[in-house]
Amino acid sequence: MNQWEVVIGIETHAQLSTRSKIFSGASTAFGAAPNTQACAVDLALPGVLPVLNRGAVECAIKFGLAIGAEVAPKSVFARKNYFYPDLPKGYQISQFELPVVVGGNLAIQVGQGDKAYEKSVRLTRAHLEEDAGKSLHEDFHGKSGIDLNRAGTPLLEIVTEPDMASSAEAVAYARALHALVRWIGICDGNMQEGSFRCDANVSVRRPGQPLGTRREIKNLNSFRFLQQAIDYEIQWQINEIEEGRKIQQATVLFDPETGETRVMRTKEDAHDYRYFPDPDLLPLVISRDWVERTRAGMPELPEAKKQRFIADYGLSAYDATTLTASLEVADFYEATVAVAGKAAAKPCANWVMVDLAARLNKDERELADSPVAAAQLGGLVARIADNTISNNIAKKVFEALWNGEGSSADEIIEKQGLKQITDSGAIEKLIDEVLAANAAMVAEFKAGKEKAFNALVGQAMKATKGKANPQQVNELLKQKLS
Amino acid sequence: MIGKTLKELGAALAARQVSSVELTQLYLDRIARLNPEINAFITVDAEKSLAQAGAADARLAAGDAGPLTGIPIAQKDIFCAQGWRTTCGSKMLDNFVSPYDATVIGKFDAAGAVNLGKTNMDEFAMGSSNETSYFGAVKNPWDVKRVPGGSSGGSAAAVAALMAPAATGTDTGGSIRQPAALCNLTGLKPTYGVVSRWGMIAFASSLDQAGPMARSAEDCALMLNVMAGFDDKDSTSLERATEDYTRDLEKPLAGLKIGLPKEFYGEGCDAGVMTAVQEAIAEYRKLGAETIEVSLPNMQHGVAAYYVIAPAEASSNLSRFDGVRYGYRAADYGDLDDMYRKSRAQGFGAEVKRRILIGTYVLSHGYYDAYYLQAQRIRRLIANDFVEAFKRCDVIMGPTSPCTAFGLGEKSADPVQMYLSDIYTIAVNLAGLPGMSIPCGFAGGLPVGLQLIGDYFAEARLLNAAHRYQQATGWHLRKPGE
Repeated sequence: MNQWEVVIGIETHAQLSTRSKIFSGASTAFGAAPNTQACAVDLALPGVLPVLNRGAVECAIKFGLAIGAEVAPKSVFARKNYFYPDLPKGYQISQFELPVVVGGNLAIQVGQGDKAYEKSVRLTRAHLEEDAGKSLHEDFHGKSGIDLNRAGTPLLEIVTEPDMASSAEAVAYARALHALVRWIGICDGNMQEGSFRCDANVSVRRPGQPLGTRREIKNLNSFRFLQQAIDYEIQWQINEIEEGRKIQQATVLFDPETGETRVMRTKEDAHDYRYFPDPDLLPLVISRDWVERTRAGMPELPEAKKQRFIADYGLSAYDATTLTASLEVADFYEATVAVAGKAAAKPCANWVMVDLAARLNKDERELADSPVAAAQLGGLVARIADNTISNNIAKKVFEALWNGEGSSADEIIEKQGLKQITDSGAIEKLIDEVLAANAAMVAEFKAGKEKAFNALVGQAMKATKGKANPQQVNELLKQKLS
Repeated sequence: MIGKTLKELGAALAARQVSSVELTQLYLDRIARLNPEINAFITVDAEKSLAQAGAADARLAAGDAGPLTGIPIAQKDIFCAQGWRTTCGSKMLDNFVSPYDATVIGKFDAAGAVNLGKTNMDEFAMGSSNETSYFGAVKNPWDVKRVPGGSSGGSAAAVAALMAPAATGTDTGGSIRQPAALCNLTGLKPTYGVVSRWGMIAFASSLDQAGPMARSAEDCALMLNVMAGFDDKDSTSLERATEDYTRDLEKPLAGLKIGLPKEFYGEGCDAGVMTAVQEAIAEYRKLGAETIEVSLPNMQHGVAAYYVIAPAEASSNLSRFDGVRYGYRAADYGDLDDMYRKSRAQGFGAEVKRRILIGTYVLSHGYYDAYYLQAQRIRRLIANDFVEAFKRCDVIMGPTSPCTAFGLGEKSADPVQMYLSDIYTIAVNLAGLPGMSIPCGFAGGLPVGLQLIGDYFAEARLLNAAHRYQQATGWHLRKPGE
């Protein structure tokens, strides 16, 4: 692979979470009966006119602020002209020469654990546009059906520079963007419903060579498909070139069934969209004041929160990134720390990132419907921190909380008698009993078998049903055997 | 009642000398008698009109009447009216019954006016002679072998033949003023943005503006009082305080500064037309006005710029007529592309196709800068010329049309000759200014129009200048056949 460099740029269509459409008053709710959410404007009846939804503009401003971009004081809506039955006007209202958001950066974390690294992806622009309707080819014998419910749904098209060098980086970017748009509340991120879909522009080149010819993979609506499609495409392009063929610029579709990409159209049959400023809409003017008012209403952004987690809670960059992957996780974590205490911030991080995440994963649940609430988890971590229970017992308590056996860690510890034994007299007594009952092991240890010591610790812990402080058991045993 | 002004009819209705139902029936009878020859109406629906008249009578009886309550008004078939066939003069919309009202239609309804029927027009308002209508040419009531002008030729002929007391028109490059001139009517194109475009089928969105066509300036003022006003459904509608356009009608003209652009008084204008115009200017001097020469140096490029911008916008505006959702669809077709091709080839007439082709061409990749952008530059220069001119004068005057009504078929073979009939009116649309045409005499027995151009929002001043002239002269009272 070293002899090939991969260059990837991504265009994402994020459906904005406005109640009504970008240029009409019709509802944007998903799943209604076909054509019940298409008003005269969406149907492009003769004589209708578009009126811009300020809510959609607000979303664009939020996005611009979130990525440190320039929110353009003046941007222009343009018509992109082409014929298709699910495009009722015969043109899509979009932004072309002057988009609403210019520039910006998105920090991404690629890979996991020790191999993880950070990278900043530059954004070219983001612009507002309307979605088309849907063509339904399956249910109509020999004909196509048109559902215009989606026509006019507001989209923010977010375009990157060709800054990604692998499918892993592309997926990391897509995940970070997905988290961000949900974080700032401008997109529900529902990929199955098409609220967040990516196009990947992929090319390969030998190091030091100019950019290769790119092919664009359209409409990838899961991170897995994004990864698979790019990996397939990279390999395909390398093979083509190595076999002496040239890459033709093309738009391709990914087939999840076969795992392959296939050509949808080539440059030769590319449309001339004849963009021009839409005379039905005035230029979009966004005042400084509007931007500042929007800024004031925004949540703390992921990057700022991450830096705060590192500074305030002493977390590693990796932990802080993971815990700020979504606003939900970050809020959950902070609520946990609020109960457990700041001193226990690190164990809280582990519990949220590792134990809770694994348990959720096992039951295929989302954080939002975790049976263990942040306050409950915080209460549990607090009991570990103050030595009321050991880590091992804590796992039992966690499982009990998960199963609803009690409303708090304290209640479960009390009810099930799991409180750690810290009375050294009581532990000493237990150890004496264990030593007496396991004379053979004692002999082995004294003969130099280190392993026998661990076995004795195990026996002692077993005798206390795990409630003894392991540290204490260790020390007392050492004293007794020396 | 036939032949009375709106003001006189309003008084007669208020005094119960006639009911709205009786008045409406009188006009319907006259339409039934004259329309077969003049062809001014595409759709007449006596039942609907009389139902509205009945409702108006109830309002009159209840003392809830405005100046136009109960008065029948003919509506250009470019305005969508709920439950009415709305064709825009095209086969494409021959079968289209609008499910909604244009704002203009809604305002007349609210004012209690009666919709007398939908008037003939050049197809999609593209023409200066009303010969491009799918529903046949309209005849000029002054000479039925001649054209009434266009595109609001049906409205002009209907009012001139006394089949309606007044009518609405739309003006993209002269389509109110030129037919008004050719039919001895008073017509006003307001400042762009004064009258809502919602529900008015778009030809060239940045130029289209609706206005009144009537038999006096006073009637136009009464009509504009109903038509004008901010509309949140039209993003290009201007948010301004409501005006009473009759308020300045009687103001003396002493001290009025009339600008005479030297470009209006050079070659290219028929001698008979020029004589009548000069006499009108002399009359204005008698009324106390001063005249000064001004210059509009860029006006000479107006027609060229217009025939880039208007077709460009039209080519996109007319894309929605694709046979998919409403309107004409070819009977036999193969695949989707074939359906588009055949439906549009059969549904549109030659002039519409010509303009779609021109518009598509000038927006195409590689030509956009040379044509579309260049035309926009000229447009700005022309607007600046007017700004300069209005620093020195209050109203600009000159001929509306370089010729009187021409013969049917005389110019239809030569599009460029046809386009030149708008040479004096087009610049006004490009600049977005208000313009009027008023009757100012005859040449060869045919009416001549004087064009009055005002600064932005100077409608009341134009109406004042027109009204005082009409009080002093009386050309506007002449009827065909007298």
